Amino acid sequence: MNLTLKIWRQAGPQAKGSMETYQVTDISEDMSFLEMLDVLNEDLTERGEEPVAFDSDCREGICGMCGLMISGHAHGPEVTTTCQLHMRSFRDGETITIEPWRADAFPVIKDLVVDRSSFDRIIQAGGFISANTGAAPEAHSVPVPKPLADRAFESAACIGCGACVAACPNASGMLFMGAKITHLGSLPQGQPERWARVQNMVATHDAEGFGGCTNIGECSAACPKEIPLDVISTLNSDLRKSRSQRH
Amino acid sequence: MKISMALAGLLFVFYVLMHMYGNLKLLFGQKAFDDYAHHLRTLGEPILPYSGFLWLFRLLLITALLVHVGFALHLWSKANRARSSRYVVKKAVAATVSSKMMRWGGIALLLFLVFHLIHFTILKPNFNSGETVVEGSPYSLVVAAFKLWWVVAIYLLAMIALGMHLHHGVWSAAQTLGLTQTAKSRATAKALGVLVALVVAVGFAIPPLAILFKIVGN
Repeated sequence: MNLTLKIWRQAGPQAKGSMETYQVTDISEDMSFLEMLDVLNEDLTERGEEPVAFDSDCREGICGMCGLMISGHAHGPEVTTTCQLHMRSFRDGETITIEPWRADAFPVIKDLVVDRSSFDRIIQAGGFISANTGAAPEAHSVPVPKPLADRAFESAACIGCGACVAACPNASGMLFMGAKITHLGSLPQGQPERWARVQNMVATHDAEGFGGCTNIGECSAACPKEIPLDVISTLNSDLRKSRSQRH
Repeated sequence: MKISMALAGLLFVFYVLMHMYGNLKLLFGQKAFDDYAHHLRTLGEPILPYSGFLWLFRLLLITALLVHVGFALHLWSKANRARSSRYVVKKAVAATVSSKMMRWGGIALLLFLVFHLIHFTILKPNFNSGETVVEGSPYSLVVAAFKLWWVVAIYLLAMIALGMHLHHGVWSAAQTLGLTQTAKSRATAKALGVLVALVVAVGFAIPPLAILFKIVGN
């Protein structure tokens, strides 16, 4: 496959970026999207040009490190992560635009790499449970109803990649936050901190400069882990109840 | 904040349904419509003064409007600040046309509201020189206006905008109030949004069209 790539190049956080055009040739359709970028970077390095910076780690679709806006779709046209997207999803001769996640809460570090530590600060504000370390308790000592366990598991599939924010017309982080609230709030272990968690996470989310949710649904459609929109409703419900429940 | 916006929105849903019901009285002739309009002013008498209930309700609606529009503008500016550099290419996957039109559609509705209040509540101008409007009979004013195709066109366009606003708004309010925590309740809320939008838009469109096509008001 031969492709034309239009890629966002930005030398540093303060630098002014622009779209640059590159050609790649002899790309196999079995390559992943990131392998295709590796080919481009090898080519650029051989020519003495600066390679394109992008994030990746496990390349198995489970770590949440990679994430690119590919021709207007977060993680590209398939429901998966960028690393698990393959070149067979594109046509020979196609022009592909590649941009970083764009949100003021995710500032660009270089080229396609963004700083998602705002997500870490939301987690620090409440995305945890307090438990004694040491010997693990007997797994069956805390009964969890099956529907709740399923819902918590479904929400826990969130890998924090930020595609929801990238796809959201408001650059809101509500799907990410809703997944954490639903995951921890559905389980008995998450109850002691439940009401403080939702208030602190939402306050941090807003202070980090994310936008507000207007229930459009782009986040859920872009989510590689298919987190449903109802986690946002659970978040809203918990936030409403937290005013009277928090002690 | 968004909860107050949702509650204010739901108050408007209740209000437009009542308003639509009142408008449909027009189909039953001049007396039914004028009596209804007059009754709204004497409702609650003698505990409340003449038009007392109406003014209390108007005060509630004005407050709700300020809350709804104020928070909507706040959310809008927050969204603009949250993405100050735009995508070169961005495609929508899940967004409905209605959801994309919430902001500009809302502004269009606000402009329509101003026009509508001037038209039938504040100045009550008679656009139709071929018709005489009887003092104290809102029926005659409405009939005179909707015999003109362009007045009907303005109102129909506004009802399309209102229908679209309700289509996304009803479901969005349910989501904000935390009522849609399962796939099934989400589908119900979305279906309710479609239903309310259709009932309101069609219900409001019937009287003007009936007048334009000379089914009533001759």
